[in-house]
Amino acid sequence: MERGRGEVLPERPFVRRYLLQRLFAFLPILIGVSLLVFTAIRLIPGDVITATLGTEAGMLTDAQRESLRSYYGLDRPVVEQYARWAAGAITGDLGVSTRHGKPVTELIGDRFPVTLQLALMAVTLALLVGIPLGILAAVRHNTIFDLFVRMLALAGLVMPGFLVGTLIIYLLSTVFGVLPNAGNFVRFNEDPGLNLRQMIFPAITLGFAFSASVMRMTRSSMLEVLGDDYVRTARGKGLRERRVITQHALRNALIPVVTLVGVEMGYLLGGTFIIETLFSLPGLGRLLVNAISQRDYALVQGATLFIASVFVLINLLVDLVYAAVDPRISYDR
Amino acid sequence: MFKSLRFLFLLIAVVLAFGTALAQDGGNTLIMARAADTTGLDPHTQTAFASLRLLELVYEPLVTLAPDLSIVPALAESWEFSDDAMTLTMHLRQGVKFHDGSDFTAADVVATFTRILDEATGAAARANYLSIASMDTPDDTTVVFNLSTADVPLLAAMASVNASIASSEAIAAGDFSATAIGTGPFILDEWVPEEVTRLSANAEWWGEGPFVDGVEMRVIPDEASILAALRAGEIDFALLNDPLVATLLRGDESLVLNAVPALAYHVLQLNPSRAPMDVLEVRQAMSCAIDRQEVLDTASLGEGTVTGPLTIPAYHVDPSTFFCYTKDLAKAQELMAASGVEPFTLKAIVANAEPPTALSEAQSIQAQLAEIGITLEIEPLELSVYVDRWLAGDFDAAVALNGGRPDPYTMYARYWTSAGNLQVVTNYIDETLDSLMAAGRAEPDFAARLDIFTQFQQHLTEVSPWLWLYSGYEYTAHQPYVVGFEPNATDSLYSFAKVSLER
Repeated sequence: MERGRGEVLPERPFVRRYLLQRLFAFLPILIGVSLLVFTAIRLIPGDVITATLGTEAGMLTDAQRESLRSYYGLDRPVVEQYARWAAGAITGDLGVSTRHGKPVTELIGDRFPVTLQLALMAVTLALLVGIPLGILAAVRHNTIFDLFVRMLALAGLVMPGFLVGTLIIYLLSTVFGVLPNAGNFVRFNEDPGLNLRQMIFPAITLGFAFSASVMRMTRSSMLEVLGDDYVRTARGKGLRERRVITQHALRNALIPVVTLVGVEMGYLLGGTFIIETLFSLPGLGRLLVNAISQRDYALVQGATLFIASVFVLINLLVDLVYAAVDPRISYDR
Repeated sequence: MFKSLRFLFLLIAVVLAFGTALAQDGGNTLIMARAADTTGLDPHTQTAFASLRLLELVYEPLVTLAPDLSIVPALAESWEFSDDAMTLTMHLRQGVKFHDGSDFTAADVVATFTRILDEATGAAARANYLSIASMDTPDDTTVVFNLSTADVPLLAAMASVNASIASSEAIAAGDFSATAIGTGPFILDEWVPEEVTRLSANAEWWGEGPFVDGVEMRVIPDEASILAALRAGEIDFALLNDPLVATLLRGDESLVLNAVPALAYHVLQLNPSRAPMDVLEVRQAMSCAIDRQEVLDTASLGEGTVTGPLTIPAYHVDPSTFFCYTKDLAKAQELMAASGVEPFTLKAIVANAEPPTALSEAQSIQAQLAEIGITLEIEPLELSVYVDRWLAGDFDAAVALNGGRPDPYTMYARYWTSAGNLQVVTNYIDETLDSLMAAGRAEPDFAARLDIFTQFQQHLTEVSPWLWLYSGYEYTAHQPYVVGFEPNATDSLYSFAKVSLER
C-alpha cells in the first residue's frame, strides 16, 4: 500500500501527461456542448418576446416587434450571434441575461455557491449516515438489524425527493410551526447560523436517497472485502475485530463509494431543480430551468457551459482520487 | 453497535433542534409571497400579471379600479367626456411628487402617452390608446385628449398599469429596465429577480397611507410551500393561483382566504378556419355536448361559476339564457347529423400548468365530446411553445385561460372586430359582431351599452367560435392581523396602501 520514494518520483511525468491529455479533451467537449445548446434553445419555438409578453405579444405591430427584436439582438444572423457569444466566452464574458439584466458570469457566481453548499452538505450527511450503517449491516449481516437497515435503504431509494421534501415541509410548518426558508434565503457569508438552518432540510432531503445508495454500496463491498484473505490474515494475527474493520477492511471497501460520490457530486452541482423549487433556494438548477422557460439565451448557454465544465472537472478529479485510494490503478501509459 | 446508533440519533436530534429553532421578526413590514416573479420593470411594456403586481405599487395611472370595478380617481381627480365622446378632459391631482422628488404635471401625462404610442417602445397595450389623435395641456393640471373616433372604453383602458404615468425626465432618459420612478404608495428599493423585491413606504404619497413601513415580496416557487410558510407564520400575505392549493385553506380558522370571482375566463377556443370547425352546426354541437359545470367541477373542484363571454359583474347575464348552456346531447347529435360531418378527430393544444387546471379541463371535455363521436387529442405544450402556436393560429382547438378587462370593448376588440390584432387567432368575424362592437364603443350611456353587449354575448355564444366555460376565483390569503386589504377581481395589490398590521 505505501510506496517508497523511489517508486513515486518517476511516475509524476506520466500523471502530468495524463492530466494534460484530459485537459485538452475539454476543449472539444465544451465546444460541442456550446454548439448543441446554442442550436437547441433556438430551435424550440418561442423567443424572449413571447416568453415575456405571453399572448399579449399578438398585440404588437410589426414595427414594435422589430424594435424589440433589435433590442434583444435577435435580428442578427444566427452565425454572427454564435461568433459574438463564443468570442466573449473565450475571454470569460458569457454575455448579459435578458431577464436579470446582469452579466451571466455574475449570476453564476451568485448561484453556484448555493448549489455547491447544498451538494456538499447533502453528500456529507449521506456519508455520515450511510457508511456507519453500511458497515454495521455488513458486520451483522443477516440479522434483524441488517434487514432493518436494508429496508430503510430501500425506502430511501424508492421515495422521490419531492415527496420527502414535501413531507418535511408539511411536518415543519404544521407540527413545529416553522419554515426556516420562507423565500428569505440568506447566503452563508451573510449569516452562517441562519443559512445552515435554511440549508439543513433541503440537504437532508437530497442526502436521504443518496445515503441509501452509500449504505448499500458500503455494505456489499464490505461483505466482499471481509471475505478476503488479507482480512483473514489480520484476524489470524489476533487483531481486535474493530481494528480489522476500521484499519484493514474499510479502506478497500470504500473505493467504490468514492466513485459513487464523484458521480453524484457531478449531478448535484448541475443544480437540483426540484429541491430548489420546493425549498425556495436560489441555486443553479432553478436559474437554468427558469432561463429556459424565459428563453434567456445567453443565460442558458452560459449556465450549461459552466455545468458541463464542472461535470468534466469532477470526473477528472474522481479518476485522480481513485488512483490515490487504489494503488492498482495508475495512469501511466 | 448501539454506540454508533446513539451517534446517529444524536445527529438527528441536533439537526432537528437546530433547524426548527424559532426565528420570528414581527416588524411593521408586510411580508408577502408568490410563486412567479416580476419579469421586468417597464410599466408600459410589461404584460405578465406577476410584473403588474409589483408595478401597481410603484406607478399610478390617471384612473384606477375600485374593488367593484368602477372607475375611480388616481392621479386624475376628475374627468369628463364631451357629448360626442370625441374628447376626454382630465383634471390632474395637484401637489403629487414622483419618487425622485420631481413634480407631477400635465407634461408627464403627455410624455407617457407619447411613449406608449411610439412603436419603438414596443408597448403591447398601445392598441388600446390608438384613438388618441393629439393631446393639449391648457395648464399644468389639465390634459385634453382629442380622439380620432368616439371612444368611451378609453377611460377604462387608462385604468391599467400599462397606462401608468412616468416622469417626463425618466422618459427622456429612456431606460426603464433598472429603476422605477413612479408616484405610487411604495418606493422600489431593490429587486433581486427570482428571490425578493423590497419596497419602502412613500411618505410623500398623496393618499392616506401607507400604514406599513414597507413591503417585502418574496418568490416561493412552489405554491404548497407558500401555504406552509403562511401556516408557519413566516409570511403575512400570499398570492395563490392553484385552486387545488387555495382550497386547502377553506375551514382553516387561523388564516383568512379571499376568493373573488375573477375577470379571467376559461375557454375552449375552436379554429373555424379549419374543417370541420368551419361548419356552424359542428361548433354548436360541441357547445351542446359540453356540460360546463362538469368541467368546472372536475378541473377546479367547483371553484368558480359557469360564464358567457363577459365576466364583468356589471354586464352579467344569466348564462342559462345563452345558446345550449344546458347540456343537450340529443340536440348535439341532431346538429351533427344536420351538418353532414362524419365523426372526426381534433387536436387541442394545452399549456403545461398554465393554468394549473388546463389539463383536467381538456380531459373532461375530451370525455364529453366522445359522446357525440368527436375524438379530442390533447397536445400538452411548454408555455412558450403554446404561446407561439397560439399566436400563429396554428391549432384545431386550444384550452386557454384568458385575462379579462373591466370594459367589454377593451376585453374583446382584439378578438371580435374585423380590425382586431388577434383575428389571426380567432379566425372568425361577422357583420353582427363588428357592428355591435362599434356601437358599444361609441355609446356613453350605460343602459344602452348593457343592451348592446348582451346582444353581443348572445350572438357570440350562438355562433360558437369559442366555447366559454367558466371563470374561477382570484385567491389571496393572509394572517388575520393583516387589516385593510381589498380583494378584487383583477388581483390588484394597490390597496396595500391601506393595509396595516394589527398583531
